[in-house]
Amino acid sequence: MKHFKLTTGALLLSTALANSAFAATELAMWYHGAGNEVESAIINQIITDFNNSQSDYTIALESFPQGAYNDAVQAAALAGNLPDIIDVDGPVMPGWAWAGYIAPLPIDEAEFADFLPGTKGIWNGTLYSIGLWDAAVALYARQSTLDELGLRKPTLDAPWTKDEFMAALDAAKASGKYDYALDLGTAWTGEWFPYAFSPFLQSFGGDMIDRASYSTAEGALNGDAALEFGAWWQGLFTGGYAQATQDGADRDTGFNTSKYAFSWNGNWAAIPTLEQVNDVVFLPAPDLGNGSKIGAASWQFGVTTTSKHPDGAAAFIKFATQDKYLAAFSDGIGLIPSTASAAAMTKNYSSGGALEVFYGLSEAQALVRPVTPGYAVVAKVFEKALADIANGADVADTLDAAVDEIDADIAKNNGYSK
Amino acid sequence: MNTLSHDNHGLRLFVRYLVLTLIAAIFVFPLVFMVMSSLKPSQQLLIDSGSLRAFLPVGDISLNNYTMAFDRAPVALFVANSLFITGTTVILSLFVCSLAGFSIAILSWRGKAFVLSAILATLTVPFETIAVPLLLMSSKLPWIGMDGLEVGWLNSYRVQIIPFIADGLTIFLFVQYFRDIPSDLVEAARAEGASWSQVYSKVLMPLSGPIIATAAILKFLVMYNQYLWPLMVVQEEGYRPVLVGLQYFFQLNTAWGEIMAYLSMITVPVLVFYLFLQRAFIASIASTGVKG
Repeated sequence: MKHFKLTTGALLLSTALANSAFAATELAMWYHGAGNEVESAIINQIITDFNNSQSDYTIALESFPQGAYNDAVQAAALAGNLPDIIDVDGPVMPGWAWAGYIAPLPIDEAEFADFLPGTKGIWNGTLYSIGLWDAAVALYARQSTLDELGLRKPTLDAPWTKDEFMAALDAAKASGKYDYALDLGTAWTGEWFPYAFSPFLQSFGGDMIDRASYSTAEGALNGDAALEFGAWWQGLFTGGYAQATQDGADRDTGFNTSKYAFSWNGNWAAIPTLEQVNDVVFLPAPDLGNGSKIGAASWQFGVTTTSKHPDGAAAFIKFATQDKYLAAFSDGIGLIPSTASAAAMTKNYSSGGALEVFYGLSEAQALVRPVTPGYAVVAKVFEKALADIANGADVADTLDAAVDEIDADIAKNNGYSK
Repeated sequence: MNTLSHDNHGLRLFVRYLVLTLIAAIFVFPLVFMVMSSLKPSQQLLIDSGSLRAFLPVGDISLNNYTMAFDRAPVALFVANSLFITGTTVILSLFVCSLAGFSIAILSWRGKAFVLSAILATLTVPFETIAVPLLLMSSKLPWIGMDGLEVGWLNSYRVQIIPFIADGLTIFLFVQYFRDIPSDLVEAARAEGASWSQVYSKVLMPLSGPIIATAAILKFLVMYNQYLWPLMVVQEEGYRPVLVGLQYFFQLNTAWGEIMAYLSMITVPVLVFYLFLQRAFIASIASTGVKG
């Protein structure tokens, strides 16, 4: 009987040890791509490859629709229910790092040295997240339009100056062929406003907030450069170049149906446009005095502070950032791969590819949105200010009020210090 | 004179029907737009939206959007989830709230005026203000399930059902309705030896068809349109309801045709439910204007 007990005990112990030795630890991951078949297929392929590549961890994916993702993460953080790995939109990252949702990424930043600047989620000098792609905005035009209006085709090295840009709008308006010279996409509310339009402000020399201290918007959003920008912005609408309020359908089809001569739009719209407008060209942002600027930073992966296996989570993120996966995402959903070597593997961003210009734009002109936990408020205030100015509000008063609102939020949150 | 009067009557009737038709059209046009748009490619849908073509089945008509909607999202799962959550909540809510209404309206007990006031006071509190405390509570509540004792109700059907069973409006509707039922009926039943539960189940509830229909429709709409709460408490796709599912269709290049197809499909259960209870609902609304 004693032998039987010993044998049984030994068997049970060895089975348990064997199981613990071979059972992979499951890591939960949340991703914003539900509803996008192509994106889901790629992320699932990466997870399958990772799970098959080693035996320590398995990744269990839960996908959310993008529109519901941020709210779901915030609710889960409140309820103490965060997974190990989450993806986070670039401008949102500092807020989530500050709130303690995500931890510094346990991967040496040097490993991402060749990544586009906008794909690195760096806050307070620490890398929190890394993206597999970036996005860029360009001025869509037709080559035939440039030719008919006698306009020089701007390049990265020699973008249009402010005068050239306004002359182009004047020429388009004077031609009488278009309802409006410029489609700014004012139908797209929300993050589009700070993402697409704050680079104009930065090109004038202003900004949404003082980036040296991140403690005030005074001087940045209501200084001389900002006032000049505000007057110019308002002039686009009072001058009849663009619409302050736009129908969503016009935004989606207006450029392709020649309602607009130029359209300020992202690389995500480039493929559908190429299919319908055979001589479309993607022009760099105009230099409004302080260099050409466009927005940067898209979705990135990070490790949560509640993860019990940050090394495993980091191992997956490192695995996912291989060039072949960056290229797969780019080919699949049209976004800009994070590295030049991955770009060379893609059909659109490789040398001679239809969207090659966007990689150059991201590399040369991109400026990330203010890297501060207060960005969520800054973005909302900026959007409202720009919409008000577009609809005729006094520029100086509106920008002063915006500064007051942003500064009040910073003060209320003790400067968003850790 | 007779002819004139007859003509006048006919004219009045014509004008009345014209006005009613116009009002009906205002309410029906969005539905027509939705269904017609669901049959068109996104580009055509957007171009047509600026003209009367938006309400007509013209152009490149097909059921492709419906097929693609099923490819993009587990539509059947979302609809089934919503119907299960909504149906269960409606049934339980009618039972619990009618019992509460019966207690307050019919039974005599000390403090019921205060309890009714407290219940009515909850109507002034928007759900958004209690959403976060409710979330924190739900994440820590125990539950005995198939796997024994669990902690936390997140990612389940129960977290989408139980908090919504009792609500002030439904209780108030039943209280008001029960109070309007002649007390003679209750007294007669009691004199015949009926217990209170028999008075509730054999006398009052059989007379309460209109208010049951009204409460059911209102509850159905609230539950079927739930978005914020499931967004907060459900992270697993298997428990998601239809409105969270709608977000699957808003991508970088929004698939408007598929959105219209999805909306057309998820609207069907609401219409069927309303049509099923329409007569009782109208009777209930009509009775609110009658003084006894």
